[in-house]
Amino acid sequence: MNVIEIKNLHKTYNTSQVAVKAVNGIDLSISKGEFTAVVGPSGSGKTTFLNMVGGLDRPTSGEVFVDGVNIWELSSRKLIDFRLRNIGFVFQSYNLIPVFTAKENVEFIMQMQGWDAKKRFERTKKLMDEVGLGDRLSSRPGKLSGGQQQRVAVARALASKPKFILADEPTANLDSHSTENLLDIMERLNMEEEITFIFSTHDPRVMKKARRIVTIEDGKILSDERKEAEVAH
Amino acid sequence: MIFILSWRNVWRNKLRSGVMITAMALGICAGIFSTAFYMGMADQRIDKAINTEISHIQLHKPEFLRSNEISAYIPDAEATRAEINDMEHVAGVSNRIVINSMVASAETGAGVRIVGIDPQNESATTTLHEKVVEGQYFGADRRNQIVIGQKLAEKLKVRLGSKVVITLQDVGNNITSGAFRIVGLFNTVNTMYDESNVFVLRKDLIRLTNLPKHSGHEIAILAKEIDDVEDLQKSLAGQFEGLTVRNWQEISPEMNYLNEAMDLYMYIFIVIILIALLFGIINTMLMAVLERTKEIGMLMAVGMNKGRVFSMIMVETIMLALTGGVFGVALGAFISKYFETHSIDLSLWGEVYANLGYDPFVYTSLDWMLLVNVTLMVIGAGIIASIYPAIKALSNDPADALRIE
Repeated sequence: MNVIEIKNLHKTYNTSQVAVKAVNGIDLSISKGEFTAVVGPSGSGKTTFLNMVGGLDRPTSGEVFVDGVNIWELSSRKLIDFRLRNIGFVFQSYNLIPVFTAKENVEFIMQMQGWDAKKRFERTKKLMDEVGLGDRLSSRPGKLSGGQQQRVAVARALASKPKFILADEPTANLDSHSTENLLDIMERLNMEEEITFIFSTHDPRVMKKARRIVTIEDGKILSDERKEAEVAH
Repeated sequence: MIFILSWRNVWRNKLRSGVMITAMALGICAGIFSTAFYMGMADQRIDKAINTEISHIQLHKPEFLRSNEISAYIPDAEATRAEINDMEHVAGVSNRIVINSMVASAETGAGVRIVGIDPQNESATTTLHEKVVEGQYFGADRRNQIVIGQKLAEKLKVRLGSKVVITLQDVGNNITSGAFRIVGLFNTVNTMYDESNVFVLRKDLIRLTNLPKHSGHEIAILAKEIDDVEDLQKSLAGQFEGLTVRNWQEISPEMNYLNEAMDLYMYIFIVIILIALLFGIINTMLMAVLERTKEIGMLMAVGMNKGRVFSMIMVETIMLALTGGVFGVALGAFISKYFETHSIDLSLWGEVYANLGYDPFVYTSLDWMLLVNVTLMVIGAGIIASIYPAIKALSNDPADALRIE
């Protein structure tokens, strides 16, 4: 079953002198539980592509269906709500709220969804335990290492039980130990809870873990490889 | 959670917020203290006018108010006085003969309002007896004593014990005059009043003018409490239908306007302070929003809707304004309360204030409603100040904001 269905997606940026085609006709389907890496050189259109899939950047043309809903046909207000309830985001520079504790950073998404305090706390505790930070609930981001902050960001992305998680270069600012650790956590969550992950990356360690690698160059899909054999072990 | 987030955001840049909060607190404190100061001045002026000059209620013949004619007297004024004196809520009643006339010394003369009083009754009604700074407030049973203002004495170039001549028309319209000896000099700190009013014994004036023995032009009444004035005025108006009964606000409308005008001016003053501070708050919040472009973009990306983003900035701005406002209100209230019992000495400029009828020793007067109103105004200023930064925050495109390194 496809969680995401992308049809003939285009994005053109009109600068004063020239029209730049950042994404130039992408068709892609992503099934539930996939662990997909979108790779390509800098400027290939990875981030723009992910932003359009995540409902952040309006495509010039084309369609993005999430669970059958064409997200770019939604009103601006409904699209924000759709992102809140269906998509988890992990950013390259973590983007945690510095004045919130780790617990509050994870909780506030659930609060915006209207969860009651008890359920919020239980889920936060569970997610923080899963990312190995159950003892750092009261720590503010400034007191956490980069790897720990990114694990909190993963817990935040998972908090609302999204249909899929978009991670834009999640390991770009991490050392190798933190990267391995984070990838292990995401892989485990993917396997155990069947959460769909889509990464943009050019980190070989992420590519190694990914079970599907979509290579983009000049805004087009160059290749789409599945590593089914490795999943089996 | 928006409240927690907003409150913590206020303190994210402690120095910047601290400077804004201090400016806010000092501005509000200055506004409240100034208001309490000027309200205190106005209250003192009104109290003095009531206690020394006009009392709470006055009764006249309507013709007297129109023409000031000597013949427009109340024939049975003494009986009326006695009757009123027995009424509830009445602290004192004075029956006065009032004639506009001339007073002359050996050197010069001046137009004055001669007031004939019975000292004992007048003492129960006004505080004139307390304002005598030289000599005495009428002595033993001597004829033709006069108490005049120090300022008038200076003008007439006379002193205690000097003789002055009063020239006036009697009840039969004949010109008459009498020599009076100055037994007391008063100083009410209202130069204009002191220069234009002289006091003599009622019986002396009756003799000089041939007015009936128990007559009078003006019956002045001091109520026990200012709140009693309205009821007392109503019952007097019902009881003495032939007389005009006026309260202190009707006798001296400028006193009433003084309070209202002062109130209005001070609110305008506070609004001006708040408008100036408003720009400071807008600047502080714009800087805060600009610094957090990426964070606000992230919040919008993960699903914080525009209403919540707007509320977050608005609550943060109100909290910033209110923190300064609360400190300012507390400080202003504390200082104003202190000076309610400790006078502010303006005697260096005493002459200027005395000419305007104000006491150079000012006690502040703090109205608690002012604090409530100022707090509400601060919240209003916070709401207004938040609009532009909040709109700026909403203009962020999450995708663009997240690209910021």
